[in-house]
Amino acid sequence: MEPLPIQVTVNGRTYSAEVEPRLLLVHFLREVLNLTGTHIGCDTTSCGACTVLWNGRPVKSCTVLAVQVDGGEILTVEGLEGEGQLHPVQEGFWEEHGLQCGFCTPGMMMTAVALLNENPDPTEEEIRKAISGNLCRCTGYVNIVKAIQYAARKMREGMSVHAGGV
Amino acid sequence: MIPGPVRYRRVRSVDEAVVLLSQLGTDAKVLSGGQSLIPMMKFRLAEPSYLIDINAIPGLDFIEERGGVLCLGALVRESTLERSMLVRQRYPILHDTAEVIADPLVRNLATVGGNLAHGDPANDHPATMLALRAQVVARGPNGERSIPIDDFFVDTFVTALQPDELLTEIRIPVPPPRSGGAYVKFERKVGDYAIAAAGVFLVLDEAGRITQAGIGLTNLSYKPLRAVDAERALLGQYASDELLRYAAELAAQATDPVSDLRGPADYKRAVARTMTLRALRRALERAQANA
Ligand SMILES: Cc1cc2nc3c(=O)[nH]c(=O)nc-3n(C[C@H](O)[C@H](O)[C@H](O)COP(=O)(O)OP(=O)(O)OC[C@H]3O[C@@H](n4cnc5c(N)ncnc54)[C@H](O)[C@@H]3O)c2cc1C
Ligand code: FES
Ligand code: FES
Repeated sequence: MEPLPIQVTVNGRTYSAEVEPRLLLVHFLREVLNLTGTHIGCDTTSCGACTVLWNGRPVKSCTVLAVQVDGGEILTVEGLEGEGQLHPVQEGFWEEHGLQCGFCTPGMMMTAVALLNENPDPTEEEIRKAISGNLCRCTGYVNIVKAIQYAARKMREGMSVHAGGV
Repeated sequence: MIPGPVRYRRVRSVDEAVVLLSQLGTDAKVLSGGQSLIPMMKFRLAEPSYLIDINAIPGLDFIEERGGVLCLGALVRESTLERSMLVRQRYPILHDTAEVIADPLVRNLATVGGNLAHGDPANDHPATMLALRAQVVARGPNGERSIPIDDFFVDTFVTALQPDELLTEIRIPVPPPRSGGAYVKFERKVGDYAIAAAGVFLVLDEAGRITQAGIGLTNLSYKPLRAVDAERALLGQYASDELLRYAAELAAQATDPVSDLRGPADYKRAVARTMTLRALRRALERAQANA
Protein backbone atom coordinates (compact mmCIF):
# COMPACT_ATOMS: atom_id res chain seq x y z
CA MET A 1 0.00 0.00 0.00
CA GLU A 2 1.20 3.48 -0.74
CA PRO A 3 2.97 5.12 2.19
CA LEU A 4 1.42 8.13 3.86
CA PRO A 5 3.30 11.15 5.16
CA ILE A 6 3.15 11.67 8.92
CA GLN A 7 4.60 14.21 11.30
CA VAL A 8 5.02 13.19 14.91
CA THR A 9 6.68 14.84 17.87
CA VAL A 10 8.55 12.21 19.84
CA ASN A 11 10.22 13.22 23.10
CA GLY A 12 10.03 16.86 22.04
CA ARG A 13 11.60 16.38 18.61
CA THR A 14 9.48 16.52 15.46
CA TYR A 15 9.96 13.79 12.88
CA SER A 16 8.54 13.56 9.38
CA ALA A 17 8.30 10.17 7.74
CA GLU A 18 6.46 8.21 5.09
CA VAL A 19 4.93 5.08 6.53
CA GLU A 20 2.73 2.23 5.40
CA PRO A 21 -0.66 2.53 7.11
CA ARG A 22 -0.24 -0.92 8.62
CA LEU A 23 2.95 0.03 10.43
CA LEU A 24 2.42 -0.21 14.19
CA LEU A 25 3.52 2.67 16.38
CA VAL A 26 5.86 0.41 18.34
CA HIS A 27 7.64 -0.62 15.14
CA PHE A 28 7.83 3.00 14.02
CA LEU A 29 9.51 3.92 17.30
CA ARG A 30 11.87 0.96 17.45
CA GLU A 31 12.72 0.39 13.80
CA VAL A 32 12.31 3.75 12.09
CA LEU A 33 13.39 6.07 14.92
CA ASN A 34 15.69 3.53 16.58
CA LEU A 35 14.14 4.19 19.96
CA THR A 36 14.37 0.66 21.29
CA GLY A 37 13.59 1.56 24.90
CA THR A 38 9.95 0.74 24.18
CA HIS A 39 9.69 -3.05 24.42
CA ILE A 40 7.48 -5.62 22.76
CA GLY A 41 6.48 -8.24 25.30
CA CYS A 42 3.42 -10.04 24.02
CA ASP A 43 2.35 -8.35 20.81
CA THR A 44 -1.24 -9.23 21.76
CA THR A 45 -2.23 -6.09 23.72
CA SER A 46 -1.85 -7.96 27.00
CA CYS A 47 1.38 -6.96 28.77
CA GLY A 48 1.89 -3.20 28.57
CA ALA A 49 5.66 -3.45 27.93
CA CYS A 50 5.07 -1.24 24.89
CA THR A 51 3.34 1.56 26.82
CA VAL A 52 4.05 5.10 25.62
CA LEU A 53 2.23 8.36 26.25
CA TRP A 54 0.17 9.60 23.31
CA ASN A 55 -0.84 13.21 23.93
CA GLY A 56 -0.23 12.51 27.60
CA ARG A 57 -2.23 9.31 27.96
CA PRO A 58 -0.62 5.90 28.37
CA VAL A 59 -1.50 3.51 25.53
CA LYS A 60 -0.18 0.23 24.18
CA SER A 61 1.91 1.18 21.17
CA CYS A 62 1.61 -2.35 19.71
CA THR A 63 -2.09 -1.61 19.22
CA VAL A 64 -1.91 1.82 17.60
CA LEU A 65 -0.97 2.52 13.99
CA ALA A 66 1.77 5.05 13.32
CA VAL A 67 -0.59 6.91 10.94
CA GLN A 68 -3.02 7.42 13.80
CA VAL A 69 -0.57 9.53 15.77
CA ASP A 70 0.10 11.89 12.85
CA GLY A 71 0.10 15.41 14.30
CA GLY A 72 0.38 14.10 17.85
CA GLU A 73 2.93 13.94 20.62
CA ILE A 74 4.57 10.79 21.88
CA LEU A 75 6.66 10.38 24.99
CA THR A 76 8.78 7.26 25.38
CA VAL A 77 11.12 6.15 28.14
CA GLU A 78 14.01 7.84 26.31
CA GLY A 79 12.26 11.15 26.85
CA LEU A 80 12.07 10.90 30.62
CA GLU A 81 15.62 11.88 31.47
CA GLY A 82 16.48 15.55 31.01
CA GLU A 83 19.95 17.13 31.01
CA GLY A 84 21.53 14.13 32.67
CA GLN A 85 18.94 14.07 35.41
CA LEU A 86 16.76 11.06 35.88
CA HIS A 87 13.02 11.63 36.04
CA PRO A 88 11.76 11.11 39.61
CA VAL A 89 10.03 7.93 38.44
CA GLN A 90 13.31 6.58 37.05
CA GLU A 91 15.05 7.56 40.24
CA GLY A 92 12.35 5.80 42.26
CA PHE A 93 12.84 2.55 40.34
CA TRP A 94 16.59 2.88 40.97
CA GLU A 95 16.32 3.68 44.66
CA GLU A 96 13.57 1.20 45.53
CA HIS A 97 14.86 -1.64 43.34
CA GLY A 98 11.66 -1.52 41.27
CA LEU A 99 12.97 -3.93 38.64
CA GLN A 100 14.74 -7.22 38.18
CA CYS A 101 15.08 -8.20 34.51
CA GLY A 102 13.89 -4.76 33.45
CA PHE A 103 11.74 -5.90 30.58
CA CYS A 104 8.51 -4.42 31.87
CA THR A 105 10.24 -1.33 33.26
CA PRO A 106 9.91 1.19 30.40
CA GLY A 107 6.18 0.56 30.07
CA MET A 108 5.71 0.50 33.81
CA MET A 109 7.47 3.84 34.17
CA MET A 110 5.43 5.48 31.41
CA THR A 111 2.22 4.41 33.11
CA ALA A 112 3.57 5.73 36.41
CA VAL A 113 4.49 9.08 34.86
CA ALA A 114 0.97 9.47 33.46
CA LEU A 115 -0.56 8.53 36.82
CA LEU A 116 1.52 11.04 38.76
CA ASN A 117 0.78 13.81 36.26
CA GLU A 118 -2.92 13.26 36.87
CA ASN A 119 -2.81 12.33 40.54
CA PRO A 120 0.25 13.59 42.44
CA ASP A 121 -0.67 11.79 45.66
CA PRO A 122 -2.09 8.38 44.77
CA THR A 123 -2.98 5.78 47.38
CA GLU A 124 -1.38 2.35 47.11
CA GLU A 125 -4.67 1.06 45.72
CA GLU A 126 -4.75 3.78 43.06
CA ILE A 127 -1.19 2.91 42.07
CA ARG A 128 -2.00 -0.78 41.83
CA LYS A 129 -5.07 -0.05 39.76
CA ALA A 130 -3.18 2.27 37.42
CA ILE A 131 -0.48 -0.33 36.70
CA SER A 132 -2.93 -3.22 36.38
CA GLY A 133 -2.43 -3.23 32.59
CA ASN A 134 1.34 -3.58 32.95
CA LEU A 135 2.54 -7.09 33.69
CA CYS A 136 5.76 -7.86 35.55
CA ARG A 137 6.97 -11.45 35.72
CA CYS A 138 9.79 -10.78 38.20
CA THR A 139 9.19 -8.38 41.04
CA GLY A 140 5.80 -9.25 42.51
CA TYR A 141 5.03 -5.52 42.15
CA VAL A 142 5.87 -4.61 45.76
CA ASN A 143 8.97 -2.61 44.88
CA ILE A 144 7.31 -1.15 41.81
CA VAL A 145 4.63 0.32 44.04
CA LYS A 146 7.35 1.62 46.40
CA ALA A 147 9.21 3.15 43.46
CA ILE A 148 6.12 5.02 42.35
CA GLN A 149 5.45 6.17 45.92
CA TYR A 150 9.04 7.40 46.07
CA ALA A 151 8.56 9.34 42.84
CA ALA A 152 5.27 10.79 44.04
CA ARG A 153 6.92 12.07 47.21
CA LYS A 154 9.83 13.47 45.28
CA MET A 155 7.63 15.22 42.74
CA ARG A 156 5.38 16.68 45.44
CA GLU A 157 8.29 18.00 47.39
CA GLY A 158 9.55 19.48 44.14
CA MET A 159 13.03 18.67 45.25
CA SER A 160 15.74 18.75 42.65
CA VAL A 161 16.50 15.26 41.48
CA HIS A 162 20.02 14.01 41.61
CA ALA A 163 21.63 12.51 38.60
CA GLY A 164 21.50 8.75 38.38
CA GLY A 165 24.43 6.54 37.63
CA VAL A 166 27.67 6.28 39.52
CA MET B 1 2.59 -9.70 14.29
CA ILE B 2 1.86 -7.24 11.53
CA PRO B 3 -1.52 -6.34 10.06
CA GLY B 4 -2.13 -7.02 6.38
CA PRO B 5 -1.77 -4.23 3.83
CA VAL B 6 -4.43 -1.61 4.26
CA ARG B 7 -5.29 1.90 3.15
CA TYR B 8 -6.12 4.58 5.67
CA ARG B 9 -8.14 7.76 5.77
CA ARG B 10 -8.80 10.08 8.67
CA VAL B 11 -12.25 11.63 8.32
CA ARG B 12 -13.38 14.88 9.91
CA SER B 13 -17.16 14.50 9.93
CA VAL B 14 -19.88 11.89 10.19
CA ASP B 15 -21.00 12.76 6.65
CA GLU B 16 -17.52 12.19 5.27
CA ALA B 17 -17.37 8.81 7.01
CA VAL B 18 -20.77 7.77 5.64
CA VAL B 19 -19.91 8.81 2.08
CA LEU B 20 -16.68 6.81 2.22
CA LEU B 21 -18.44 3.82 3.75
CA SER B 22 -21.04 3.77 1.01
CA GLN B 23 -18.37 4.05 -1.69
CA LEU B 24 -16.17 1.32 -0.24
CA GLY B 25 -18.80 -1.11 1.05
CA THR B 26 -17.68 -4.17 2.98
CA ASP B 27 -14.00 -3.62 2.12
CA ALA B 28 -13.82 -0.79 4.61
CA LYS B 29 -13.83 -0.87 8.38
CA VAL B 30 -14.39 1.95 10.80
CA LEU B 31 -11.40 2.46 13.09
CA SER B 32 -12.50 3.72 16.48
CA GLY B 33 -10.41 2.87 19.58
CA GLY B 34 -8.78 0.10 17.56
CA GLN B 35 -8.52 -2.09 20.64
CA SER B 36 -10.48 -4.94 19.08
CA LEU B 37 -9.90 -4.21 15.40
CA ILE B 38 -6.10 -3.83 15.45
CA PRO B 39 -5.53 -7.05 17.45
CA MET B 40 -7.79 -8.86 14.95
CA MET B 41 -5.87 -7.37 12.04
CA LYS B 42 -2.58 -8.49 13.59
CA PHE B 43 -3.93 -12.05 13.83
CA ARG B 44 -5.24 -11.62 10.25
CA LEU B 45 -8.70 -12.43 11.53
CA ALA B 46 -9.71 -9.12 10.00
CA GLU B 47 -8.22 -7.97 6.70
CA PRO B 48 -10.04 -4.81 5.71
CA SER B 49 -8.61 -3.08 2.66
CA TYR B 50 -9.52 0.35 4.01
CA LEU B 51 -9.59 1.89 7.47
CA ILE B 52 -11.78 4.91 8.08
CA ASP B 53 -10.41 6.56 11.21
CA ILE B 54 -13.24 8.41 12.97
CA ASN B 55 -11.19 9.66 15.92
CA ALA B 56 -10.79 13.17 14.51
CA ILE B 57 -14.53 13.75 14.12
CA PRO B 58 -15.20 16.62 16.52
CA GLY B 59 -18.02 16.48 19.03
CA LEU B 60 -18.65 12.71 19.01
CA ASP B 61 -17.52 12.25 22.60
CA PHE B 62 -20.40 13.82 24.51
CA ILE B 63 -21.85 12.48 27.77
CA GLU B 64 -24.98 14.51 28.44
CA GLU B 65 -28.60 14.29 29.48
CA ARG B 66 -30.99 15.72 26.91
CA GLY B 67 -34.79 15.56 27.19
CA GLY B 68 -34.99 12.58 29.51
CA VAL B 69 -32.25 10.65 27.79
CA LEU B 70 -28.56 10.13 28.52
CA CYS B 71 -26.70 10.54 25.23
CA LEU B 72 -23.29 8.95 24.81
CA GLY B 73 -21.32 9.82 21.70
CA ALA B 74 -19.78 6.87 19.87
CA LEU B 75 -16.27 8.16 20.64
CA VAL B 76 -16.62 8.31 24.42
CA ARG B 77 -13.58 6.44 25.75
CA GLU B 78 -14.05 3.89 28.50
CA SER B 79 -11.61 5.89 30.64
CA THR B 80 -13.74 9.02 30.20
CA LEU B 81 -16.89 7.15 31.15
CA GLU B 82 -15.08 5.78 34.18
CA ARG B 83 -14.09 9.27 35.36
CA SER B 84 -17.39 11.04 34.59
CA MET B 85 -19.05 12.42 37.74
CA LEU B 86 -22.46 12.40 36.03
CA VAL B 87 -22.06 8.70 35.27
CA ARG B 88 -20.74 7.89 38.72
CA GLN B 89 -23.65 9.61 40.45
CA ARG B 90 -26.58 8.84 38.17
CA TYR B 91 -25.56 5.72 36.24
CA PRO B 92 -23.50 3.56 38.61
CA ILE B 93 -24.16 0.53 36.38
CA LEU B 94 -22.24 2.26 33.57
CA HIS B 95 -19.42 3.11 35.95
CA ASP B 96 -19.33 -0.51 37.18
CA THR B 97 -19.06 -1.65 33.57
CA ALA B 98 -16.41 0.78 32.33
CA GLU B 99 -14.22 -0.02 35.31
CA VAL B 100 -13.96 -3.73 34.53
CA ILE B 101 -13.41 -3.51 30.79
CA ALA B 102 -9.93 -4.60 29.76
CA ASP B 103 -7.22 -2.64 31.61
CA PRO B 104 -6.55 1.09 32.14
CA LEU B 105 -4.29 1.35 29.07
CA VAL B 106 -6.82 -0.26 26.74
CA ARG B 107 -9.57 1.87 28.28
CA ASN B 108 -7.70 5.05 27.32
CA LEU B 109 -8.49 4.27 23.68
CA ALA B 110 -11.42 1.83 23.66
CA THR B 111 -14.75 3.50 22.88
CA VAL B 112 -18.29 2.72 23.97
CA GLY B 113 -19.44 2.83 20.35
CA GLY B 114 -16.80 0.32 19.32
CA ASN B 115 -17.67 -1.93 22.24
CA LEU B 116 -21.22 -2.32 20.88
CA ALA B 117 -20.43 -2.19 17.15
CA HIS B 118 -17.95 -5.03 17.51
CA GLY B 119 -20.84 -7.39 18.35
CA ASP B 120 -18.66 -9.52 20.60
CA PRO B 121 -20.71 -11.44 23.19
CA ALA B 122 -17.63 -11.30 25.46
CA ASN B 123 -17.74 -7.50 25.58
CA ASP B 124 -19.25 -5.97 28.69
CA HIS B 125 -21.28 -2.99 27.49
CA PRO B 126 -23.83 -5.02 25.53
CA ALA B 127 -25.27 -6.64 28.68
CA THR B 128 -25.45 -3.28 30.42
CA MET B 129 -27.20 -1.68 27.45
CA LEU B 130 -29.65 -4.58 27.28
CA ALA B 131 -30.47 -4.12 30.96
CA LEU B 132 -30.91 -0.36 30.44
CA ARG B 133 -33.03 -0.72 27.27
CA ALA B 134 -30.73 1.55 25.31
CA GLN B 135 -31.21 2.73 21.73
CA VAL B 136 -28.35 2.75 19.24
CA VAL B 137 -28.30 5.61 16.76
CA ALA B 138 -26.83 4.90 13.33
CA ARG B 139 -26.23 7.24 10.40
CA GLY B 140 -26.21 5.94 6.85
CA PRO B 141 -26.62 7.37 3.34
CA ASN B 142 -30.39 7.57 3.88
CA GLY B 143 -30.12 9.44 7.15
CA GLU B 144 -30.36 8.50 10.77
CA ARG B 145 -32.20 5.65 12.45
CA SER B 146 -32.56 4.51 16.01
CA ILE B 147 -32.18 0.80 16.71
CA PRO B 148 -33.64 -0.69 19.91
CA ILE B 149 -30.90 -2.60 21.69
CA ASP B 150 -32.99 -5.80 21.55
CA ASP B 151 -32.67 -5.74 17.76
CA PHE B 152 -29.03 -4.68 17.66
CA PHE B 153 -27.10 -7.89 18.37
CA VAL B 154 -27.73 -10.35 15.56
CA ASP B 155 -25.00 -12.98 15.84
CA THR B 156 -21.39 -13.37 16.99
CA PHE B 157 -19.60 -10.27 15.65
CA VAL B 158 -22.74 -9.35 13.69
CA THR B 159 -24.93 -6.37 14.56
CA ALA B 160 -27.85 -4.64 12.90
CA LEU B 161 -25.46 -1.98 11.56
CA GLN B 162 -25.24 -1.99 7.77
CA PRO B 163 -21.78 -1.78 6.16
CA ASP B 164 -22.50 1.82 5.15
CA GLU B 165 -23.73 2.89 8.58
CA LEU B 166 -21.83 4.63 11.34
CA LEU B 167 -22.86 4.18 14.94
CA THR B 168 -23.00 7.76 16.22
CA GLU B 169 -24.70 7.68 19.58
CA ILE B 170 -26.17 5.54 22.34
CA ARG B 171 -29.30 6.71 24.14
CA ILE B 172 -30.27 5.54 27.60
CA PRO B 173 -33.48 6.56 29.37
CA VAL B 174 -32.77 8.75 32.38
CA PRO B 175 -33.35 6.60 35.49
CA PRO B 176 -36.64 7.31 37.29
CA PRO B 177 -36.85 7.62 41.09
CA ARG B 178 -36.50 4.33 43.00
CA SER B 179 -34.36 2.79 40.28
CA GLY B 180 -30.95 1.23 40.48
CA GLY B 181 -28.54 -0.70 38.33
CA ALA B 182 -25.38 -2.72 38.79
CA TYR B 183 -22.88 -4.70 36.74
CA VAL B 184 -20.97 -7.57 38.29
CA LYS B 185 -18.27 -9.50 36.47
CA PHE B 186 -16.16 -12.52 37.31
CA GLU B 187 -12.83 -12.58 35.47
CA ARG B 188 -9.64 -14.60 35.80
CA LYS B 189 -7.47 -11.50 35.97
CA VAL B 190 -7.54 -7.80 35.13
CA GLY B 191 -7.82 -7.39 31.40
CA ASP B 192 -9.59 -10.64 30.72
CA TYR B 193 -13.04 -11.12 29.31
CA ALA B 194 -15.76 -12.35 31.65
CA ILE B 195 -16.16 -15.96 32.70
CA ALA B 196 -19.66 -14.67 33.36
CA ALA B 197 -21.08 -11.24 34.10
CA ALA B 198 -24.50 -9.73 34.66
CA GLY B 199 -25.98 -6.26 34.29
CA VAL B 200 -29.20 -5.54 36.16
CA PHE B 201 -31.50 -2.52 36.19
CA LEU B 202 -34.54 -2.38 38.50
CA VAL B 203 -37.31 0.15 39.09
CA LEU B 204 -39.53 -0.03 42.20
CA ASP B 205 -42.92 1.53 42.92
CA GLU B 206 -43.67 3.40 46.14
CA ALA B 207 -44.68 0.21 47.89
CA GLY B 208 -41.39 -1.44 46.89
CA ARG B 209 -42.74 -3.68 44.13
CA ILE B 210 -40.59 -4.18 41.04
CA THR B 211 -42.18 -2.40 38.09
CA GLN B 212 -39.32 -2.72 35.61
CA ALA B 213 -36.49 -5.22 35.36
CA GLY B 214 -33.66 -5.52 32.89
CA ILE B 215 -31.07 -8.31 33.00
CA GLY B 216 -28.25 -8.65 30.47
CA LEU B 217 -25.62 -11.40 30.48
CA THR B 218 -22.06 -11.37 29.15
CA ASN B 219 -20.13 -14.15 27.42
CA LEU B 220 -22.77 -16.79 28.09
CA SER B 221 -24.13 -17.37 24.61
CA TYR B 222 -23.29 -16.78 20.95
CA LYS B 223 -24.51 -13.22 21.38
CA PRO B 224 -25.24 -10.87 24.26
CA LEU B 225 -28.19 -12.27 26.14
CA ARG B 226 -31.24 -10.79 27.81
CA ALA B 227 -32.68 -12.98 30.55
CA VAL B 228 -36.33 -12.44 29.66
CA ASP B 229 -37.87 -15.14 31.89
CA ALA B 230 -35.94 -13.91 34.90
CA GLU B 231 -37.07 -10.33 34.23
CA ARG B 232 -40.69 -11.49 33.96
CA ALA B 233 -40.49 -13.38 37.25
CA LEU B 234 -39.55 -10.16 39.04
CA LEU B 235 -42.30 -7.93 37.69
CA GLY B 236 -45.01 -6.87 40.14
CA GLN B 237 -43.28 -8.67 43.01
CA TYR B 238 -41.81 -7.48 46.29
CA ALA B 239 -38.09 -8.07 46.17
CA SER B 240 -37.31 -10.79 48.69
CA ASP B 241 -33.96 -12.53 48.62
CA GLU B 242 -35.82 -15.72 47.73
CA LEU B 243 -37.28 -14.01 44.67
CA LEU B 244 -33.86 -12.73 43.61
CA ARG B 245 -32.45 -16.26 43.96
CA TYR B 246 -35.25 -17.62 41.82
CA ALA B 247 -34.65 -14.97 39.15
CA ALA B 248 -30.91 -15.67 39.19
CA GLU B 249 -31.65 -19.35 38.65
CA LEU B 250 -33.90 -18.55 35.68
CA ALA B 251 -31.17 -16.30 34.24
CA ALA B 252 -28.61 -19.11 34.54
CA GLN B 253 -31.00 -21.49 32.79
CA ALA B 254 -31.27 -19.07 29.87
CA THR B 255 -27.52 -19.21 29.21
CA ASP B 256 -25.80 -21.35 26.64
CA PRO B 257 -22.08 -21.09 27.39
CA VAL B 258 -19.34 -23.06 25.65
CA SER B 259 -16.65 -25.00 27.48
CA ASP B 260 -13.26 -23.39 26.91
CA LEU B 261 -10.15 -22.20 28.76
CA ARG B 262 -12.33 -20.12 31.04
CA GLY B 263 -14.05 -23.26 32.29
CA PRO B 264 -16.62 -25.92 31.46
CA ALA B 265 -20.16 -24.88 30.55
CA ASP B 266 -21.72 -26.07 33.82
CA TYR B 267 -19.25 -24.04 35.82
CA LYS B 268 -19.97 -20.93 33.77
CA ARG B 269 -23.69 -21.41 34.28
CA ALA B 270 -23.11 -21.61 38.02
CA VAL B 271 -21.01 -18.45 37.93
CA ALA B 272 -23.74 -16.77 35.85
CA ARG B 273 -26.26 -17.55 38.62
CA THR B 274 -24.00 -16.02 41.26
CA MET B 275 -23.15 -12.94 39.20
CA THR B 276 -26.84 -12.34 38.46
CA LEU B 277 -27.75 -12.71 42.13
CA ARG B 278 -25.04 -10.26 43.18
CA ALA B 279 -26.04 -7.77 40.53
CA LEU B 280 -29.72 -8.09 41.53
CA ARG B 281 -28.88 -7.46 45.17
CA ARG B 282 -26.69 -4.47 44.41
CA ALA B 283 -29.22 -2.98 41.97
CA LEU B 284 -31.97 -3.41 44.57
CA GLU B 285 -29.88 -1.71 47.27
CA ARG B 286 -29.23 1.19 44.96
CA ALA B 287 -32.90 1.43 43.96
CA GLN B 288 -33.92 1.47 47.62
CA ALA B 289 -31.33 4.14 48.40
CA ASN B 290 -32.59 6.17 45.46
CA ALA B 291 -36.13 6.60 46.83
C1 LIG C 1 -6.35 -7.01 26.16
C2 LIG C 1 -7.76 -6.61 25.88
C3 LIG C 1 -8.73 -6.92 26.80
C4 LIG C 1 -10.05 -6.55 26.58
N1 LIG C 1 -10.97 -6.85 27.54
C5 LIG C 1 -12.24 -6.44 27.37
C6 LIG C 1 -13.21 -6.70 28.35
O1 LIG C 1 -12.92 -7.27 29.41
N2 LIG C 1 -14.49 -6.29 28.13
C7 LIG C 1 -14.84 -5.62 27.01
O2 LIG C 1 -15.99 -5.24 26.87
N3 LIG C 1 -13.93 -5.37 26.04
C8 LIG C 1 -12.65 -5.75 26.20
N4 LIG C 1 -11.75 -5.50 25.23
C9 LIG C 1 -12.21 -4.89 23.97
C10 LIG C 1 -12.15 -3.40 24.03
O3 LIG C 1 -13.08 -2.89 24.96
C11 LIG C 1 -12.43 -2.84 22.63
O4 LIG C 1 -11.93 -1.58 22.65
C12 LIG C 1 -13.84 -2.79 22.15
O5 LIG C 1 -14.33 -4.08 21.99
C13 LIG C 1 -13.94 -2.13 20.78
O6 LIG C 1 -13.89 -0.75 20.91
P1 LIG C 1 -12.90 0.10 20.03
O7 LIG C 1 -13.31 1.52 20.19
O8 LIG C 1 -11.52 -0.24 20.36
O9 LIG C 1 -13.31 -0.36 18.55
P2 LIG C 1 -12.44 -0.80 17.30
O10 LIG C 1 -11.49 -1.85 17.66
O11 LIG C 1 -11.91 0.40 16.62
O12 LIG C 1 -13.60 -1.41 16.40
C14 LIG C 1 -14.23 -2.65 16.69
C15 LIG C 1 -15.24 -2.98 15.58
O13 LIG C 1 -16.36 -2.10 15.62
C16 LIG C 1 -16.44 -1.33 14.43
N5 LIG C 1 -16.77 0.03 14.84
C17 LIG C 1 -16.15 0.74 15.82
N6 LIG C 1 -16.75 1.93 15.99
C18 LIG C 1 -17.76 1.98 15.10
C19 LIG C 1 -18.74 2.96 14.79
N7 LIG C 1 -18.82 4.12 15.46
N8 LIG C 1 -19.65 2.69 13.82
C20 LIG C 1 -19.59 1.51 13.15
N9 LIG C 1 -18.69 0.55 13.39
C21 LIG C 1 -17.77 0.78 14.35
C22 LIG C 1 -15.09 -1.45 13.76
O14 LIG C 1 -15.18 -1.31 12.38
C23 LIG C 1 -14.65 -2.83 14.18
O15 LIG C 1 -15.25 -3.79 13.35
C24 LIG C 1 -10.41 -5.85 25.40
C25 LIG C 1 -9.43 -5.54 24.46
C26 LIG C 1 -8.12 -5.90 24.70
C27 LIG C 1 -7.10 -5.57 23.68
S1 FES D 1 3.65 -5.72 23.53
FE1 FES D 1 2.05 -4.30 23.54
S2 FES D 1 0.84 -4.99 25.17
FE2 FES D 1 2.42 -6.49 25.13
S1 FES E 1 11.33 -6.73 36.06
FE1 FES E 1 11.23 -8.49 34.83
S2 FES E 1 9.26 -8.31 33.98
FE2 FES E 1 9.25 -6.75 35.43
